[in-house]
Amino acid sequence: MSSVSLAVRDSATMLRRDVRHSLQAPALTISGMCVPIIFLLLFAGVFGHALSKGLGASAGTRYIDFLAPGILVMTAGFSAEGTAINVCTDMTEGIITRFRTMAISRSSVLTGQVAGSLIRTMITVVVVVGVALLLGFRPTAGPVEWIAAAGMFALLALALTWMTVAFGLLAKNPAGANSLALIPAILPFVSSAFIPTATMTGAVRWFAENEPFTPIIDTLRGLLTGTGIGNSAVVAIAWCAGLILASYFWARALYNRQPAA
Amino acid sequence: MTTNLAPSTTRSAVVATGLRKSFGDHLVLGGIDLNVAEGTVFALLGPNGSGKTTTVRILSTLLPADAGTVRVAGHDLRTQAQLVRAAIGVTGQFSAVDNLLTGRQNLLLMADLHHLDRAEGQRRAAGLIERFDLSDAAGKMAATYSGGMRRRLDLAMTLVGDPRIIFLDEPTTGLDPRGRRTMWQIIRDLVDRGVTIFLTTQDLAEADRLADRIGLLEQGKIVAEGTADELKHRIPGGHIRLQFADVAGLDSAARYLGNGSSDEDALALQIPYDGSVRSLRALLSRLDDQAIPVGGLSVHTPDLDDVFFALTGHSHTEKDTPR
Repeated sequence: MSSVSLAVRDSATMLRRDVRHSLQAPALTISGMCVPIIFLLLFAGVFGHALSKGLGASAGTRYIDFLAPGILVMTAGFSAEGTAINVCTDMTEGIITRFRTMAISRSSVLTGQVAGSLIRTMITVVVVVGVALLLGFRPTAGPVEWIAAAGMFALLALALTWMTVAFGLLAKNPAGANSLALIPAILPFVSSAFIPTATMTGAVRWFAENEPFTPIIDTLRGLLTGTGIGNSAVVAIAWCAGLILASYFWARALYNRQPAA
Repeated sequence: MTTNLAPSTTRSAVVATGLRKSFGDHLVLGGIDLNVAEGTVFALLGPNGSGKTTTVRILSTLLPADAGTVRVAGHDLRTQAQLVRAAIGVTGQFSAVDNLLTGRQNLLLMADLHHLDRAEGQRRAAGLIERFDLSDAAGKMAATYSGGMRRRLDLAMTLVGDPRIIFLDEPTTGLDPRGRRTMWQIIRDLVDRGVTIFLTTQDLAEADRLADRIGLLEQGKIVAEGTADELKHRIPGGHIRLQFADVAGLDSAARYLGNGSSDEDALALQIPYDGSVRSLRALLSRLDDQAIPVGGLSVHTPDLDDVFFALTGHSHTEKDTPR
């Protein structure tokens, strides 16, 4: 068997292991699902009326339609938090040491975890979309836009997963992994997720306009509800691709680093 | 088994020359040489902190050595690590089982990673579950296993790939006496199948019972190497212990023989003894000549504790430093 097909086979084995873990201990997956739903309920039901006044230029848009794409993006961030904890916990287990003494593809452990996390995130986002629809979210997207939106979301999820895998490898314990993984969960708050960046001022506005989540949210919002996308899609894809590459090599370097005695 | 795997005492399973390792300023291995013949058991014996685990971690490709050359199963450790990994199995000190999988799933995971087909994987898993007495627990999560079961599962996982060389880092530490005996039997069975075993232990009796050859590791150096008998012969320490009914008998024997050390509380006299029948007979006839009544006699041959003490200047238990 060639080394590529061995790598694929080992990664598939590690994916099965990861899926078994999720089924065995579903708490993290479920909490990753609950948090965005709570945010959806909170922002649509409690703050929605007040926040919709700030929509400004987008007046006439119902707030749930503005909010839902932002919450979907946050879903990827919250799921990724679980990934960091999973990876960090896994690395402290003796089984990883065993894997290192076996003639298997070295990257398969990480690949399996990333693939497993990606599947969990995609399932989670489908549930969140369902809840948004129940709350009155009315996307105008046709099949092509839905597929494009799914692709954009998957790209974001992949980027955040590799990033949080690296966080999980970097952190000494799951609590540390969790605090690092708060970064992608919190960044969307200072973005176009809840209100348009045009309504912000000064440094906050500059930050919100230039951080990666804003173009990603704007792209998803445009695809799902027909608002303008402009060059956001290109910027969003560039951010994601850059994050994937950087995080992938970072995570690999961290995994291959010699374990301390 | 193919013909080239047949046990042969002339071939080496593990050869290390000038192995050195430091962590920062702390020298852990100060240049050790090892040669383990195929199909034999080698025990690396030493107190905590002597470098046993570091040695196993280096030989099993987990840690690079600072200097020295190592060949494991004929492959160079540095340049052919994957080939080494394919030939070895490792069961470390800390349990290397997946706690969120059942015992059977753990074994099947190993079968998948050894690229066995499904039927063969199932067959080997079933065989190992049976052999390691895990039938009742095979469907339960490994997290719920007791220490002994966990150790057995751990070793069973190591065996799924049918390794020719197995590294066992303190395989019986923390096991109760029954678990220990079970583990010893498992190790003997493996040797009968032609597997080479490299084990570490702090337990002299364990090394004595299991190993063909023993290396005494002390502060990163091999201070003695040989069979248990060879090591015992390297040191004095054999004696005959004579038991007396009263102090008068003890005193007269001690005065007459002159070279013993007497213990008045136990009414016993300890006499240096070289292990030969001739000197035993000579001793007894001298006691007969003087009509000194001897209550009892026991012959004490040196054990590895004596060896350890003689070679390192302290008993192994004194050096039990926490890590």
